[in-house]
Amino acid sequence: MEQLALEAAGKPLVNIDKLTLDPHSVTIIMGPNGAGKSLLLRLIHGLIAPTRGWISWGEVACGEATRSTQAMVFQKPVLLRRSAAANLDFVLRRRAGTKVGRRARRDELLARVGLSDRADQPARLLSGGEQQRLALARALATRPKVLLLDEPTASLDPASVQMIEQIVLATSAEATKIIFVTHDVGQARRLADDVAFLHHGQLVEHRPAAEFFANPSSDAADGYLSGRIVL
Amino acid sequence: MQDFAGAFGLAFRLIASGDADLFEIVGLSMRVSLTALLLSCLIGFPIGALLVVRKFFGRGIVIALVNSMMGFPPVVIGLLVYLALSRAGPMGWLGLLYSPTAMIIAQTLLIAPIVAALSRQVLEALQAEYDEQFRSLGVSRSSAMLALIVDGRYGLLTVALAGFGRAVAEVGAVIIVGGNIDHLTRVMTTAIALETSKGDLGMALALGIILMCLAISVNLAAGALRAIAERHAYA
Repeated sequence: MEQLALEAAGKPLVNIDKLTLDPHSVTIIMGPNGAGKSLLLRLIHGLIAPTRGWISWGEVACGEATRSTQAMVFQKPVLLRRSAAANLDFVLRRRAGTKVGRRARRDELLARVGLSDRADQPARLLSGGEQQRLALARALATRPKVLLLDEPTASLDPASVQMIEQIVLATSAEATKIIFVTHDVGQARRLADDVAFLHHGQLVEHRPAAEFFANPSSDAADGYLSGRIVL
Repeated sequence: MQDFAGAFGLAFRLIASGDADLFEIVGLSMRVSLTALLLSCLIGFPIGALLVVRKFFGRGIVIALVNSMMGFPPVVIGLLVYLALSRAGPMGWLGLLYSPTAMIIAQTLLIAPIVAALSRQVLEALQAEYDEQFRSLGVSRSSAMLALIVDGRYGLLTVALAGFGRAVAEVGAVIIVGGNIDHLTRVMTTAIALETSKGDLGMALALGIILMCLAISVNLAAGALRAIAERHAYA
C-alpha cells in the first residue's frame, strides 16, 4: 500500500533514509522532545514540504490528493468559535450526503466521543479533554484512510486519555491506518503494532512493538524506555 | 462663557421638544452613514479576508496601500467623487451630485479601506490559529474566508464601529458632494459647521451633543456585545 521514503533538511531537522509503513497497523512514533516527531507527521500529512526526498502513499505522491484521505489531530486542538455540533457540521457540510444523513452522522460522532450532551455548547468552553475528543470526532468525520495524531493526549485527564485511546483502537480495527506520535512509553505499549523511534531527526529504529519493547537495539531507545534522560 | 451656558440650555430644550428639523438632520446622518457602513463591510470584510488567505506576489504592497488609504483626507475623497459625479464628469449623467446617494458613495469610498485594513489585522490573528487545521481539512479558500469572517465576527464588529465613527463624524466629503442643502443633504456635521458659522451656537451644540451621545452609545453597545461573546468564548 505505501512505501514512504523521506529526507528533509534545512538544518537537518528530519533526516530519514527510508521508512515503509504497513497500511493498516497502529504505528507509534516515539522519541525525546525535539526529535522531529511532529515535523515528520506534518511531512507525512503534506503540511510542509521536504527540502529533499519524497513521500508517497502507494503509487501516489504526497500532496493535496493524499491529504484529503488523511485526517490529523493536533497536539493543541484548534476549534472553531462555534458550538461543538457546528464544529462537526463545518466538516460534514463539504461531504456528500443529505441533510438528514449528515445530522445522523454528526450525532453518531458526538456519541462516539461521549459529547452528545455537549452538542450545543461553545466548543471553546469545553474542558481540554472534551476539546480534544471533539477534534478527534472532527477528524473521523472525514472518514480518513489514515489518521495522524500528534501527542493528542499530552496533559489531558486520564478519563479522556482512555477514551481517546479506545476510539483510536476502534478506528484502527475499521481498517484505518493510525500514525500516533507520543513520548508516553505506557501509551505506546498500549497502542503500538509497530514503533518508529526518532532521535535527533534520525530514524533510529522501526520494528514491531513486541520486539521493540522487549529488546530495543539502539542505546537511545533503550535509555528512553528505561526512563533515563536521553539527550 | 455666558453664551456657552445659554447654548447648552438651548441644546437641551431643542432635544427635549423633539424639534422636527433636528431629528430630520439626525435621521439623514444615520441613514447615510449606516448605508455607507453596510456597503463598506460588504466590500471590506472579503478584501480583508482575501488578503489574509491568499499569499500572492505583491501582497505586502497591497496591504501597505490599503493601510495608507485609511488616512486619506475626506475632502480629497469628496473632491474625487465630485469630479466623477459633476455634469462634465464620467458619471455626471446619473445626476447624483448633491443627493444623499452621492454622500453615501463618498463615505463608502472613505471607510471601505478602513474596514478592509482593520479587518485584515483582526483576521490575520485568527488565520494564524486556523491555517494549519484548515489545510489539514482541505478547506477551500472561499470557505476559509467565510469561516474567518464568521468566527471573527466580534472583532469585525469593532472594525465596523471604527468605520461608522469615521463616517458619521466626517464633514469634508459630504459637504462637497452633498452641498449641505436644507431638508435634502444636511447632516449633523455639515449642520454643525453651518450653525456655528451663523452664530447659532444652540443648534450647533444640540447637534454636537446628539452626535457624541450616538457615538458613545454605539460604542457601549458593541463593548457589551463583545463582553458577552468573550464570556461564551466565541471571541
